[in-house]
Amino acid sequence: MSSPEAKPYPGTQAVDHGKARADEWPLFEIFIRGQHGLSHRHVGSLHAADAEMAIKNARDVYTRRNEGVSIWVVEAAHIAASSPEEKGPLYEPANDKVYRHPTFFDIPDEVGAM
Amino acid sequence: MSTAIIDPNKGDLFEFLCRMGDNTLVLGHRVSEWCGHAPVLEEDIALANTALDLIGQTTLWLDLAGKVEDAGRDADRLAFHRDVWDFRNLLLVEQPNGDFGQTIMRQFLFDAWHLSQLTALMESSDAQIAAIAEKSSKEVTYHLERATDTVIGLGDGTEESHRRMQNALDLLWPYVGEMFVADAVDEAMVAAGIAPDPASLRAAYDTLVNDVFTVATLTRPESDFGHRGGKSGKRHSEHLGHMLTQMQWLQRAYPDATW
Repeated sequence: MSSPEAKPYPGTQAVDHGKARADEWPLFEIFIRGQHGLSHRHVGSLHAADAEMAIKNARDVYTRRNEGVSIWVVEAAHIAASSPEEKGPLYEPANDKVYRHPTFFDIPDEVGAM
Repeated sequence: MSTAIIDPNKGDLFEFLCRMGDNTLVLGHRVSEWCGHAPVLEEDIALANTALDLIGQTTLWLDLAGKVEDAGRDADRLAFHRDVWDFRNLLLVEQPNGDFGQTIMRQFLFDAWHLSQLTALMESSDAQIAAIAEKSSKEVTYHLERATDTVIGLGDGTEESHRRMQNALDLLWPYVGEMFVADAVDEAMVAAGIAPDPASLRAAYDTLVNDVFTVATLTRPESDFGHRGGKSGKRHSEHLGHMLTQMQWLQRAYPDATW
């Protein structure tokens, strides 16, 4: 229901959209796994009445050009997200801890590129 | 399929292929009329995908029809240079879109038949027909799944959506019978092991649609009366001619124009 005020198809009965926003289908976030066995990646979002319909809609909206072999959908409201204001305490402490990067090891030549 | 294979004459085979191709052509065009008008963005894209699938199938059927006819006509020629009396599609698919419910009901009633027809055609004695049927059946399996879900969702939905779906069913049911009536062309196809007897698909069709109507809380009309004249080309409804003036206008205005 991306556009609740859409014009009705000619010759059809107009629907009163007075409270359409309140009735809008929930938003789903879509994750698709590509052909090459990588992990699912977030590709976008869409509206659907339930999860099954979200998968079908995702199939039609996001896999038209052979993009995927697997679809995950999750209602956006169910995603817990970190808050942008907390970025100081969350991420900055890692900035001065270079020893967490595995850059202090000598890698034997036989291992090749890593 | 029959065991004694009798080669059909070219005319019957051409006729049969036009029926398959004209069904997908006319329905594909009808569904494409929704592009930019569907009630929600996601449905708009889904309907456009369905229309494109059907037009793609049309190319396969009508190109093969042109080859069988061997008169120099390809799929484009057959689609855009025939007039209404030469079309062989079912009356059901030429019915106007109406409201969204009517479009979805038409799609469901057609898809349920289309999938079982294609499944039977995958066993066709004609390898090219079997190959087209196999490719199409994957697309149509999805069409039917989507249409089924939507018929159930709207039928067992709000008071208004239920009313619209029941109206659509009452309006379109009289066009279902034609799918299962055999004529001389069908008999020739059965004799050659090319296509199933239309009547043989009816029992499974009835089971499928009855189950869906029950879940969708819709009442199947009592009468199975069926209008005829589409697939024989004898008597199309008035809607097809109007549709063709839109679909064919470019070739009518600028004959033989190409990209």
